Amino acid sequence: MLKNRIFKRIYTNKTSLCGLVLVSFFLLLALFAPWIAPAENPNHPYQMPQASYTITPQAPSAQHWFGTTEQQYDLFYGVVWGARLAFVVGMTVTFFAFLIGLLVGGIAAYFGGKVDEVLMRLTDVVFAVPSLVLAMVIAAMLGPDVKHMMIALTAVAWPSYARLIRGDILSVKRRDYVTAARTLGARGGRILLRHILPNSIYPSVVVASLDIGYIVLTASSLSFLGLGAQPGTADWGQLISMARNWVLGTAQNPFAYWYTVAAPGGAIFLFVLGWNLLGDAFRDILDPRQV
Amino acid sequence: MLRYIIRRLLLLPLVMVGVTFLLFLLTQRLSPEMRASLYVKDARQMGALEEVIEEYGLRDPVLKQYGRWLGGVLKGDLGYSPSANMPVAKAIKEYLPATIQLAVITMLLVVFFGVWFGASSAVHKDKWQDILARFISVGGFSLPIFVLGLLLLMVFYGKLGWFAPGGYSFQTDLVVHGHSFHTYTGFLLIDALLNGNLRVFLDVLSHLVLPAVTLCIGSFALMVRVMRSSMLEELNKEYVRAARAKGLSEWVVVYKHAGKNAIIPVITLASIQFIRLLGGTVIVETIFDYPGIGRFGVLAAQQLDIAGILGFSLMVAALFVLGNLLSDILYTAVDPRIRLE
Repeated sequence: MLKNRIFKRIYTNKTSLCGLVLVSFFLLLALFAPWIAPAENPNHPYQMPQASYTITPQAPSAQHWFGTTEQQYDLFYGVVWGARLAFVVGMTVTFFAFLIGLLVGGIAAYFGGKVDEVLMRLTDVVFAVPSLVLAMVIAAMLGPDVKHMMIALTAVAWPSYARLIRGDILSVKRRDYVTAARTLGARGGRILLRHILPNSIYPSVVVASLDIGYIVLTASSLSFLGLGAQPGTADWGQLISMARNWVLGTAQNPFAYWYTVAAPGGAIFLFVLGWNLLGDAFRDILDPRQV
Repeated sequence: MLRYIIRRLLLLPLVMVGVTFLLFLLTQRLSPEMRASLYVKDARQMGALEEVIEEYGLRDPVLKQYGRWLGGVLKGDLGYSPSANMPVAKAIKEYLPATIQLAVITMLLVVFFGVWFGASSAVHKDKWQDILARFISVGGFSLPIFVLGLLLLMVFYGKLGWFAPGGYSFQTDLVVHGHSFHTYTGFLLIDALLNGNLRVFLDVLSHLVLPAVTLCIGSFALMVRVMRSSMLEELNKEYVRAARAKGLSEWVVVYKHAGKNAIIPVITLASIQFIRLLGGTVIVETIFDYPGIGRFGVLAAQQLDIAGILGFSLMVAALFVLGNLLSDILYTAVDPRIRLE
């Protein structure tokens, strides 16, 4: 069974177990964020509290475990709630991009001909620009906001799913059991929903869910460029862009403000690493050449 | 083959019009007043906003406005970019060579070190070289380039003071824009050599080190991975055993026989990665304040410089489509079993 194979592979392989542990850790952090770092204003928990308006970052202390970054935003708070935001952004974008991809890919594959041609040329257009560049331009036009950032990311992510699903459906469409259902007199809608989709969608769902790490990486790149979340949001990319002014430290100590990069940078690195390790394991399992 | 190339080339105008038209639709979200205010430098001129809207027809229907922009593009006029303070066409001409220079240097690093690390990882399977290479290939793939860039800046500029950010030093700026320096190609590295000015060459090269190292990390990780598995596959083949049985030295077997075959997938991967690097230049050029096309795009996006954004997207789309076509052709050239349809 596939399920048993997945668990066996993950438990027997040290690196994939590592990935599972990392992703689970961030998931727990995200779920329990309100208890780990209680929000001052529960209505806007993603707005980071400011201890004061002093510009210079402060080193880690008993009060601020990871220190504070520019303008006294608490880094511990930002990292914890940033994990929650990462999951929200990653899952929302993947979900909607997959839904659009499913619709477009399904329609293209099912109807074929002119419809297919038009829809696939549309994916070509989106594919023709590097996704970060296109997302950056769209996000800039919409203005800095987490919602806008998610729209921009969805707009660049759906075409790859549309192509993937279209290809899968086309290959399933030619199978014998579909022909059998058709000769038995099943209607088009029934064939699509009951026979084709369940058999073609499964691998794509796995691929899409493993893209969360990549989506979060692109999202934090946007925030780093100042085109993602609005200022003051608990967002890893934004915390790093705040650290930009302090990487050179002081004349006496070049590493004086190391923690402004270390805390959010470490968080993003470990988050993406976790998803990549997990992704490698799944790709191996889904690859039929592997035994 | 020829039909495939022609079809892909026909796709080029479609893609360029498609991308810019979709973006153009988005710009209509901004009110005509907002779009006009981009061209107003002085707050005292705000009264003239209405005249600007009239003059540029910012209230016309979208298609008419887009048609006007497209007409300009066909004549080589991409509009004026307030964020770069120059016409968009001039900005692209000035910044693009710097970015290509950066991408080429990065690619050389990626291929050289990727092949080296990947091959030695395969030859010393499960030894420390292999563990190090595998560690790099997983870690490098997950390390965001903006984090790596800041760390490198911290160590090599903040602490050691070896490599400064920017495209070149102030002294070089004076030389390059002076009368005795001839601009032949626009590529500073090549121009410096043609002018016989070694100091400019070394200065420009030293400013390329940190951005190139930062930019190469993702592709490098991928390259190590591909080279390693390709080399492992070749080392297990019959001809390698035959070569060993003949009594050839291990070095000749590994590098002259297996290595030559193992490098094929790496070359094709490199041509694809070269295009992918363009996306990363946006971040790297911003971190290191490197005067390339990526930084131009980011500044235009940050300041909602619409002409700049459209011109930048148009150029990136064109580069991307042409680059992908080129890598497809290269693919068939290296491996004749692949047929393009």
